[in-house]
Amino acid sequence: MTFSTSTGSASDERDAIIAAGVKPRRYGSWYVAEHRIRAMRAYLQTLIATGIGSPFLYLFGLGVGLASLVQQSVGDAQGHQVGYLAFVAPALLASAAVTVAAEECTYPMLMGFKWNPIFFGMNAAPISGNQIVNGMIIGVFVRMFPTVVVYYVFMLLFGSVPSSLGILDILVATFTGLSVGLAIMAYTSTITEDKGQMAIIQRFIIVPMFLFSGTFFPLSTLPIFLQWIGWISPLWHGAELGRVFSYGEVEPIWVTVLHVLYPLALGLWAWKSTQRTVTKRLNR
Amino acid sequence: MPQAVITASKLTKKYKDFAAVDGISFEVAPGESFGLLGPNGAGKSTTMRMVGAVSTRTSGTLSILGLDPNLHGPEIRSQLGVVPQQDNLDMELRVRDNLIVYGRYFGMPAKVVGKRADELLEFAQLSDRAKSKVDDLSGGMKRRLTIARALVNDPRILLLDEPTTGLDPQARHILWDRLFRLKEQGTTLVLTTHYMDEAEQLCDRLVVVDKGAIMAEGSPSSLIKQYSTREVVELRFGSDRNASVAKQLEGIGDRLEVLPDRILIYTDNGEAELVKITEMGLMPITSLVRRSSLEDVFLRLTGRSLIE
Ligand SMILES: Nc1ncnc2c1ncn2[C@@H]1O[C@H](COP(=O)(O)OP(=O)(O)OP(=O)(O)O)[C@@H](O)[C@H]1O
Ligand SMILES: [Mg+2]
Repeated sequence: MTFSTSTGSASDERDAIIAAGVKPRRYGSWYVAEHRIRAMRAYLQTLIATGIGSPFLYLFGLGVGLASLVQQSVGDAQGHQVGYLAFVAPALLASAAVTVAAEECTYPMLMGFKWNPIFFGMNAAPISGNQIVNGMIIGVFVRMFPTVVVYYVFMLLFGSVPSSLGILDILVATFTGLSVGLAIMAYTSTITEDKGQMAIIQRFIIVPMFLFSGTFFPLSTLPIFLQWIGWISPLWHGAELGRVFSYGEVEPIWVTVLHVLYPLALGLWAWKSTQRTVTKRLNR
Repeated sequence: MPQAVITASKLTKKYKDFAAVDGISFEVAPGESFGLLGPNGAGKSTTMRMVGAVSTRTSGTLSILGLDPNLHGPEIRSQLGVVPQQDNLDMELRVRDNLIVYGRYFGMPAKVVGKRADELLEFAQLSDRAKSKVDDLSGGMKRRLTIARALVNDPRILLLDEPTTGLDPQARHILWDRLFRLKEQGTTLVLTTHYMDEAEQLCDRLVVVDKGAIMAEGSPSSLIKQYSTREVVELRFGSDRNASVAKQLEGIGDRLEVLPDRILIYTDNGEAELVKITEMGLMPITSLVRRSSLEDVFLRLTGRSLIE
């Protein structure tokens, strides 16, 4: 094994050190993502099983089971009618992405600082706090995207995507998942002591979001005092945008624009906020 | 001295109003093995984090390999190997994979890093555990893996924060042996410890720190020469009698230190003092003559023992 001994002039040496920082500065986020993906490989089988099992179960259950009970088709404001499965499918797709995000943005974030404090290890190497956050997000994306694609394939198989524009739902769902994931991360990155906050997030944020985001029935059927949950939930925006593409749900254009801008703004704010928190916590 | 690889001047780190590191100055030469010796809370880890370019100093100047960590953090860190006080290996990955992902952080190509990982596993005597889960390793093995990981980028400076704390004597000796080899190969070592034997074994030069300040600086032997006598007589009269006997011992040896459990007499000739004490008719329960150590230096400087 060889170890370096200094040779050459001081300025050569300085140049060499500066050069050694170039790759980590440029690609650090990808190295972190690589690390995450390697860690996910350990539970790859579970990921594949749930990635295939859950769309099948949901679509089969809802399509064959529930849809036969819900004979009525769902109408929009303009009175267009659509089958129940076509109505729920885009929302289920977005929910699947959000579920992945909720998992990948809670425990790995808590662990990285505390139970398995790898963030400090990365930071002792040339990786910055911002790059750690970026790498974690890329990791979430890498897990989420195939999950969403598989889900979409099942949607096609169950005949729940009337329009060919429906393919865009893959992007919409991924985008929704990332928006929620980042918002969760902005919070979980601040947790220094585990006092059961994970369970609270699950019970008081994730579950209500699933229930009141117009997933299984239009938001307008909810009492008005519960509809705000939908309006602040990226999941509702994602589900609605998905419906616009998959079966041409009709809504005012400004609402469609809002479906894009709101999750985007939330995601960007949460991303920057997480970066700030992580950078600060690493600098002890 | 050739161009120093680390230069700290009036280096200070404050947490709110509390100065964890309070204006310390030191230099480390290339290839040198430099130690920070001090009790719990002295500010050793805080100093190491600043030198490691992850913790921003509050004031003072710091230069690592000629660069300021405030401006060139990633560049400096690309040249360092860091063994933190608390292991932060990835428990979700296997032993060899821990080295691989770490090597990638320095931008090393996958091929190179794989070969390097195998060499390092050999060096750390962990080749047969390459596929083990990190959790299944013993404390000493984890520490060796952390050191191996720190070497993945062939660092110019290796920072070791209490490398052997919590290890049994055998595991410590294996580790010391590995560190000796690195030292022989010319790697600059900076290590903290609160074990004086470790400091004596591994450090060419060290600073004694307490409460964020440097109390003394020098090689282990020069510190002992400067702050202690050649030998020490340790006497135990039982905890209730130590204090009263100490009065009768005045004038014996160069200096007397009364601890709760024993009396220390500093002298250049321990046996001679022991004879005198016996002639005085004082009968210690146990007596022992030993060479002075850094522990005595620390006691002299701070009035406290190194390990509480
Ligand atoms: N992030 C922090 N916030 C507030 N105080 C801190 C922080 N880190 C360290 N301190 C305080 O600074 C002082 C020095 O801590 P440091 O960890 O550097 O000591 P040390 O010499 O490494 O001790 P030990 O031998 O126990 O590892 C301690 O009083 C500690 O409580
Ligand atoms: Mg410490």
